[in-house]
Amino acid sequence: MAQPRVLVIGGGLAGLSATMRLAELGANVDLVSLVPVKRSHSVCAQGGINSVNSLTRQQGDNEWKHFDDTVYGGDFLQHQPPVKEMADWGPRIVDLMDRLGVPFNRTPEGYRDQRRFGGTLFKRTAFAGATTGQQLLYSLDEQVRRWEVDGKVKKWEFWDFLEPVLDDSGRCRGAICQDLVTMQFRAFSADAVIIATGGCGLLYGRSTMSMVCTGSAVSRAYRAGAWYGNGEFIQVHPTAIPGADKLRLMSESARGEGGRVWVPKTPHDPRDPRNIPEAERSYFLEERYPKYGNLVPRDIATREIFDICTNEGLSVEKDRLCVYLDLTHVPRETLDRKLGGILEIYEKFQGVDPRVVPMKIFPAVHYSMGGLWVDYQKSSTGGLVEGSPRNQQTNIPGLYAIGECDYQYHGANRLGANSLLSCIFSGLFCAPGVIAGVDAGGKQAAEESSRLFESRLRREEERHHSLLSRTAGDENPYDLHQQLGNLMTRVATVVRRNEQLAAAYAEVCSLEERWGRCAVSDSGNWTNQNVVFTKSLGDMFPLAKLILKGALQRDECRGAHYKPDFAMPGLQATDLAEKRREAEQWCDRFEANTRRWLKSTVAKYGADGEPEISYEDVDTSLTPPRPRLYGLVGGEMIEEVWNERLKKAAVAGEGQGGSAGQGVGEGHGNQPAYAGSAS
Amino acid sequence: MIKAVESAEHSGDAGQQAVADHGGNGHGAAAPRVVRVRILRQDAPGEESYWERFEIPYVENMNVISILQQVAARAKSRDGRRVAPVAWDCNCLEEVCGSCTMLINGRTRMACSALVDKLLAESGDEIELRPMSKFPVVRDLVVDRSRLFRALERVKAWVPVDGSYDHGPGPRISPESQEDAYPLATCISCGCCMEACPQFTKIEVVRREDESAEEFDSRKKAAFDSGFVGAHAISQAMLFNGHPTGKMIADERLEALTSQGGIQMCGNAQNCVAVCPKSIPLTRSIARAGRAATVWAIRKIFDR
Repeated sequence: MAQPRVLVIGGGLAGLSATMRLAELGANVDLVSLVPVKRSHSVCAQGGINSVNSLTRQQGDNEWKHFDDTVYGGDFLQHQPPVKEMADWGPRIVDLMDRLGVPFNRTPEGYRDQRRFGGTLFKRTAFAGATTGQQLLYSLDEQVRRWEVDGKVKKWEFWDFLEPVLDDSGRCRGAICQDLVTMQFRAFSADAVIIATGGCGLLYGRSTMSMVCTGSAVSRAYRAGAWYGNGEFIQVHPTAIPGADKLRLMSESARGEGGRVWVPKTPHDPRDPRNIPEAERSYFLEERYPKYGNLVPRDIATREIFDICTNEGLSVEKDRLCVYLDLTHVPRETLDRKLGGILEIYEKFQGVDPRVVPMKIFPAVHYSMGGLWVDYQKSSTGGLVEGSPRNQQTNIPGLYAIGECDYQYHGANRLGANSLLSCIFSGLFCAPGVIAGVDAGGKQAAEESSRLFESRLRREEERHHSLLSRTAGDENPYDLHQQLGNLMTRVATVVRRNEQLAAAYAEVCSLEERWGRCAVSDSGNWTNQNVVFTKSLGDMFPLAKLILKGALQRDECRGAHYKPDFAMPGLQATDLAEKRREAEQWCDRFEANTRRWLKSTVAKYGADGEPEISYEDVDTSLTPPRPRLYGLVGGEMIEEVWNERLKKAAVAGEGQGGSAGQGVGEGHGNQPAYAGSAS
Repeated sequence: MIKAVESAEHSGDAGQQAVADHGGNGHGAAAPRVVRVRILRQDAPGEESYWERFEIPYVENMNVISILQQVAARAKSRDGRRVAPVAWDCNCLEEVCGSCTMLINGRTRMACSALVDKLLAESGDEIELRPMSKFPVVRDLVVDRSRLFRALERVKAWVPVDGSYDHGPGPRISPESQEDAYPLATCISCGCCMEACPQFTKIEVVRREDESAEEFDSRKKAAFDSGFVGAHAISQAMLFNGHPTGKMIADERLEALTSQGGIQMCGNAQNCVAVCPKSIPLTRSIARAGRAATVWAIRKIFDR
């Protein structure tokens, strides 16, 4: 079979890079997207894209350290081989994007400039102003347009993915989609289907995500039998601008370029922030985390901001939670050159110039670390086998997932500027495997049995028309969405408690029931956004349930998942011997917790529609998990005890060639010569 | 160092709190209780358009998107009739996706960054929303802007790389060149420059009953190609003609810019640059394109 046909759902960074590579490898691609692909949510990514580069390499950096920062920042919840492969590909990917014309910022000599992002001490992040996601997306959009002109790609923009079509053997043979203008249905037959539809922020009502990030495509795959991994891990970004319609992102690059987070020491100090003297300000991140300063990993920065406002009562404003993010000490010219895009957003939407007055920001739901469970094939060197059909394949043969909607790369917490990398990497890397996995004979058989596609098409048409005719119900889908969002934000973001999660699960069940009584206010069959929204709202409930159930069952703290009832506090003792004893206990508890909870959560859609949760071991074969000690009291003692244990284990394991593992430090042992000026 | 957060009830809504309130409302002490809006509606292509009025509770710092969200949620006109929700395009809500262009109080702009306080200050007590007039209406405020993307195909707005295999980094670029190119690269394809241009006129192709989707598509493209490409496409052509690899097909872009619907259509009204939400120096791109096209046309004569 000369030219396979692949259906790609979603045209953000992941979908476009997969499309480009597939076309280059000879496949014909149908690209389905809710919006013109150039308007995908990837445009909102601001700060940059990580990779080891020639500069950091000379300061002691390498791909292994990028890998290590990523798994350490992610609290070791990722399978390690895909992360290693991604870190290895980083430099090549940034080079490729550079060749595609991305206008990365430059040094005076004409090389790519880099800045520092959270969770690392190296300046690994290449950037194009503060609109890096937009620029990366555009360059891929341009290449895909080129393939479109060549006839290898056909775009289906303003189309909605409704369900994958599986044959009797359970293999994916295509999908049913709907034209959002004419509301017509169409069955797409394909050799493989790739889902690249991003995150599910709309489950939380308002978030930093775009309006298409409903999670509906992923939910539809999940209901068709695809597994969902690590659903409870939702990243709450430390810095966003509150708004009635959306919580707009204020990129981590603001801190990467020297931005400082602070609150007045006097609660709700009414003075103009510019008139509050240094001595009366608390730069709480710098005080608590002297090494990483304002660039601690996101989950930590978020909890600290949350904590200082709620527990310590130091919110800048009385009726509204927020802290200052201050750039006013950075020269205006630098700000315009490196952060222009995001500062304009603040100015446009808040009417205040952040170059002059400190910004007011607060955390907001930002990224889904979890997503569709996908497979990989490990290579002998600890990375992945390129061209293996298992890479990025869901448990349904022929159905793949890439980008934010897969669960694979970020574990319990994503590091800033790693998402653009994982999206492009998973898209480019999966393509040869997708082609290698094509089962051409089977596809033909499936096509010939027209019954298969027709029955699925009818089913979707019926679903649609039954919704359209529901004009008499007493529930309003927009109100229900708001209730769902408020509930999820209250119980399943920064701080989680079992009694709240359990109650919320019951409440989601009742919201779902009420959804069944929703009335549509538009019964027409032309560009009916009302019915499309109602449908996607219905798809949010299965995902909300698996997030809540996963969070409820996971009795520990890991990355973004924080349960105070199961936190492991720092050491209390001041006496050295006592402190040492506490550190031993701490490490015992850490080891026990690792054995119990270092597992991927896997949710399967049960026969009754409820999620069935099971756990899968995490492949930590490259570097063993170690305590994440960013700023913990007594961390030095814990580190000492932990390193002794490691040494012992290494001696014991030497005969078997076991890995000695890595000691704890905050990050890796070697410090770069230049750690950047941000902290 | 993180302490257990004691009271999650009080504060569990990370970010889900009332709107930011710095910036003021522009009304002094008396903020309006409701916002009135009139929307020019149209049920489908070829149908008559009609006005419908809505009344929405005022919230501080609200934008046109929040108005439309409320209109959709209520689905009731000002006089209390049940009406179908107004259809409109949006996605990112932070003026970077280019979806939500419409005519707001008569001016082409993005609905997300159109703040209600400012609109009321300029128009009195009612805000007017209309679909863009230079693109065919799909429904209500939704228009078909496929012509805009077709123009990017016409001018080959891409870097003609060999492929995605590794060939090391791209060309070295001076900070000055990057700073020159970057603003052009921030074009969000919103269509404001086309809407405001007197030389850019509407092209609406209606699908025939007996026509397949593919036939309709190619007829549409042919029709689009007879019209003006627009300032955005000229600017994109200049962006890529300025790139060290992009310029390898500079002549092909100039060929497109000097053929039907090309740069000669520009009447130098300079409306494009005035309405661009991203402040892209469109007239500078047009001037550059004009000079390059002239040089190229002369060279073509001598090369014959």
